[in-house]
Amino acid sequence: MIQHPTTSSAGGLAAPPPAGTVRLTINGQLHTLEIAPWTTLLDALREYLHLTGTKKGCDHGQCGACTVLVEGKRINSCLTLAVMHEGEEITTIEGLGTQENLHPLQQAFVDHDAFQCGYCTPGQICSAQGLINEGKAHTEAEIRELMSGNLCRCGAYVGILNAVKEVVDKGIKNYELKIKN
Amino acid sequence: MSTTNYIGKAPSRVDGPAKVTGAATYAAEYNVPGLTYGWVVSSPIAKGKITKIHADEVLVLPGVLQVFSHENVPSLAWFDRSYKDQVAPGGSPFRPLHDNEIKFSQQPVALIVAENFELARYAASVLRIEYEAAPHETNLETKRQEGFEPGRGKTGYMPPPPPRGNPDKAWEEAAHRMEAEYVHGTQHHNPMELFATTVEYHANGKITAYDKTQGVYNVQAYLTKIFGLSKDNCRVVNEYMGGGFGSGLRPQYQVFLAVLAALELKRSVRVTLTRQQMFSFGHRPHTLQYLKLATNPDGTLAAVQHHALHETSQFEDYTENVVNWSGMLYQCDNVKLGYQLAKLDVYTPLDMRAPGAATGSIGLEVAMDEMAYAAGLDPLEFRLRNYAEKDQNMNKPFSSKKLRDCYHQGAAKFGWDKRTQEPRSMRDADGKLVGWGIGGGAWDASQMKSAAKATITADGKLLVLSASGENGTGTYTIMTQIAAETLGLPLEAVTFRLGDTDQPEAPLQGGSWTAASVGTAVKNTCEALGEKLLKLAQKMEGSPLKNANFEDVEFVNGQIRLRTDANQAVVLRDVLQASGEAKIEVDGSAMPNMVKQMPYSMHSHNMVFAEVKVDEDLGTVHVTRVLNAVAAGRILNQKTARSQVLGSVVWGISMALMEETVMDHKFGRYMNHNYAEYHVPVNADIHDIDVIFVEEEDDIVNPLGVKGIGEVGMLGVAAAIANAVFHATGKRVRDLPIMIDKLL
Amino acid sequence: MNSFTYHRATAIGDAVQEKAEHPGSAYIGGGTNLLDLMKENVERPTHLVSVGKLPLAAIESLPDGGLRLGAMATNADTAWHEDVKQRYPLLNQAILAGASPQLRNMATNGGNLMQRTRCYYFYDLATPCNKREPGSGCSAIGGYNRIHAILGTSEACIATHPSDMCVALAALAPSVRVSGPNGERSIPFEDFHRLPGNEPEKDNTLEPGELILSLDLPAQGFSKNFSYLKLRDRSSYAFALISVAAALELDGHIITDARLALGGVAHKPWRDQAAENLLKGQPATAETFARVAARVVENAQGQGSNDFKIELARRAIVRALKQAAEGTQKASDVFLNSNP
Repeated sequence: MIQHPTTSSAGGLAAPPPAGTVRLTINGQLHTLEIAPWTTLLDALREYLHLTGTKKGCDHGQCGACTVLVEGKRINSCLTLAVMHEGEEITTIEGLGTQENLHPLQQAFVDHDAFQCGYCTPGQICSAQGLINEGKAHTEAEIRELMSGNLCRCGAYVGILNAVKEVVDKGIKNYELKIKN
Repeated sequence: MSTTNYIGKAPSRVDGPAKVTGAATYAAEYNVPGLTYGWVVSSPIAKGKITKIHADEVLVLPGVLQVFSHENVPSLAWFDRSYKDQVAPGGSPFRPLHDNEIKFSQQPVALIVAENFELARYAASVLRIEYEAAPHETNLETKRQEGFEPGRGKTGYMPPPPPRGNPDKAWEEAAHRMEAEYVHGTQHHNPMELFATTVEYHANGKITAYDKTQGVYNVQAYLTKIFGLSKDNCRVVNEYMGGGFGSGLRPQYQVFLAVLAALELKRSVRVTLTRQQMFSFGHRPHTLQYLKLATNPDGTLAAVQHHALHETSQFEDYTENVVNWSGMLYQCDNVKLGYQLAKLDVYTPLDMRAPGAATGSIGLEVAMDEMAYAAGLDPLEFRLRNYAEKDQNMNKPFSSKKLRDCYHQGAAKFGWDKRTQEPRSMRDADGKLVGWGIGGGAWDASQMKSAAKATITADGKLLVLSASGENGTGTYTIMTQIAAETLGLPLEAVTFRLGDTDQPEAPLQGGSWTAASVGTAVKNTCEALGEKLLKLAQKMEGSPLKNANFEDVEFVNGQIRLRTDANQAVVLRDVLQASGEAKIEVDGSAMPNMVKQMPYSMHSHNMVFAEVKVDEDLGTVHVTRVLNAVAAGRILNQKTARSQVLGSVVWGISMALMEETVMDHKFGRYMNHNYAEYHVPVNADIHDIDVIFVEEEDDIVNPLGVKGIGEVGMLGVAAAIANAVFHATGKRVRDLPIMIDKLL
Repeated sequence: MNSFTYHRATAIGDAVQEKAEHPGSAYIGGGTNLLDLMKENVERPTHLVSVGKLPLAAIESLPDGGLRLGAMATNADTAWHEDVKQRYPLLNQAILAGASPQLRNMATNGGNLMQRTRCYYFYDLATPCNKREPGSGCSAIGGYNRIHAILGTSEACIATHPSDMCVALAALAPSVRVSGPNGERSIPFEDFHRLPGNEPEKDNTLEPGELILSLDLPAQGFSKNFSYLKLRDRSSYAFALISVAAALELDGHIITDARLALGGVAHKPWRDQAAENLLKGQPATAETFARVAARVVENAQGQGSNDFKIELARRAIVRALKQAAEGTQKASDVFLNSNP
């Protein structure tokens, strides 16, 4: 006889954690949420704030689809709790550009057809912005390596490399992150 | 001067801005008020029974709404046929939560629904379920002697043709022979987007299911049959799909579970699978292939024998065309093909990008390489000597076949003439072994019945609808191009929408047939709209087109004009305004022209040239260069078609070097069920990839002359890499993926 | 994921006290490994003490010529720190060989030491695992063990430690400064991680409630002759099948000092001091390296699917020592040595 889960204790389950107020600054705007500590930053964005540009591809830090920028640095929003980011500047794909006013990386992704299904794309672009902010990648080999935290199952890597390279080469070092909402 | 001729050009994706800004909405992203969340609980055992579900223990948690399981599922459709979808194989489809029987590891056994996502996840983590395990068998190796020949059953499956000539005798007596077994393990599609369904429960009891699927009509039919809903009460929508590759051809269990919960609770429900659960349904089957080839002294093939055995589930006989290609790709009069299945305690396999052909082309194209070496011939020269001028399986000519152009153009651009035949004879400046290999294949050029609706409004904007899908293939873009060109409108004036059962029916998005099927429907529908517009134009005061037939005019640059005299023209917007109509709309459709197509074998073809560099000491392989030369009829969009082929090459590299879902047979369970240990390439794995589309005109396949591009690009890539590894190292690896340990 | 409460620690003392007062609690730094495991229900802490914002992120020189790496400095900030690049390029390269840019921006140095194994069975509650559930059995023995250990295994566990950074640290031998209910102490890196023995549930020698404060590197950084070589199933963003940290001091072509550590082979980062001693005083030649490599894997034991690791480790050691002797690998902002 096997039980699932193997580590469960019958009866007397712990109550769900109480919700508390969490204040997040996202794309320059302050949001006040009533959520429990067990809400990840990714789920806070997608399920509570309906900022669904940030994608869930694995929920375990293994694909990069959930990449956002925190204080300008790229992170996997699935492996961090929303409550850990109070008081920090969070930038999501929605904060980089709009369909009418694309960010240079977004434009380069369109021009180079650097995606197919589009599901990894916001994460790729946020990751590329993080890469540019870091300023460590210049050559093709360096960009490939430092863009390797973002899987693309459609296999658009050639286009992704060319798009990121184009923006890196243009020397758009620290593109103004906070496009107004 | 700008022109409204778009077909064959390279416009950027019309849905690009939506995708790069996060505005494109996927199944789990529809913001529905009052949403509840479902979490699927999966079986830890591969076979046996559920003996007890302690649902009461979690139902006490505030906010947990229900635990759905076989114990409380309401009475649903009884007969198997209600659960059969458009591409169900023969057998009895899996019914989620149907009874207490466990048929495969990770089978969904319960759905917990709660007021929020985290609570459902928590409740699932503490739900106790007791099982009684039974012995299972998941190892194909134990079933070598138990293969059986499947009946027909699945749409598109063709049993192997009967033997021709005397393949046994021809093989025995030939000048040169080879025989070998080729293997690849199970692979999972693993699109980036997790399977998900958001069911919106409307006040009137209707539902809208935003579902990750490659066919909204397929899902609608499945749901209405099972849940007894009318089509009016069950709308299925999927405007964007985060990758499919075949995984969304059949309705997946989350849509069943989400709809079940929504109907029972009368609430809106979202169910998203975990990445681990993405390994709980269809997959490319673990396949064993045995090939025997023989050649005559002149390098022509004397015999081809190809047999395949792959897994299927206990409840369905999944089939794909693995071996048939070996009877048509090369000229040979002595051919024997065999195809068998074996039942295991796993879920039913499912079409995965170029199903059957991707597998078969590994066997055949590596065997062809081995045969070329045995016969002392350059592998490309060997293929040229065995070029098939007709399809010997069907005894029909090809509607078109520019494979020879793929060979020649590909070889010239790749520099194949600089290759030295001897294995281990090429090295790079750092002393690393270099290998060049080739491989290719063919894929069916198909067209399915499809419908569309086109509406033009007084402001000159055109809206075209067809319930197709967009999973990265560029459907939005190519349909917009076709519509714009057909009616001579700028791209910006045209909107194409898809993925909604409120739209005219389109076939499942698969089989590389979308461009041909939906494209032709869009073309026909826009032409029908054009005929209406011409009639209106003719009613205009002093119309220069008064006496023109539809064939006499063309729609270009916002005008209708005489083909013979471009100055005899009317502006389309003037026509619309003069008509006084707010909008003009037509319904249209397209069917394959069977009479025209019947005498022909219709296929796309390709040839792949691959370069690998091997660090022999450490067993590492890098694919440094790939050129894929493709003959696929007319290319509608050079940019998106190229991307499809680039992606196919990445898939081929993945298949050759990385991908394998590994089963622990003790548990009957896939163990590397995540993106960290199920490897697909990252950016750093991908180097130079080049694509050639050779010119190929074909007015038999369909009026657009397109053959489809989604699968053909993948054929032969893995074989070309395996052959290149042999050329580099002298080691013939016949068991994919070629990981470090196989080259030490 | 289970139900838990959360506290953001305001000071080291507060963190240690909070942890002590809440049985079943855990420290969370970057969260990259802990939250992953919590989502898998492998870890089920009832209370999280967040230590990521504690003032432990500094990287600063020590009076003895060494370098202190704050436990809460991120892996990325550590790898790219000028002092690390100049004085400990082996560490720079090893960190950049691990995970992904995003994860390195989140993961902390302390957390890197606390990473748990990637063993498939440890992660999957449907299968027995002694590390996750002591006494339940080891499924990897006799199972699918391609990524498992070949050295220092026990009958209870054949898991490996997944870190790259720790392989370089094993070679560089810092001390791990910790604070706990009984005050501060330092643990030699060599003694920090442990072999599985009969208690595979214990990854390390920390006492209950202890918090890592810093990694104190000694002055010797082997900045001229080193190599971090990583072999894996794809070019990046994959755990090591085998990794080698090799560091040499050379006088002409004679090796005067040496460090050699392996990843992907054992329950802990595997430093082989006997092998290091064999290198000392010897010429930096292919023969020397081959002899030493053979010595390292002398007692290695395959488990079936990972048998190849023995030969791969041998060859990787030879290659890494050769690269170290040639001094070709340099500190860099990007790790490009997986295509050696």
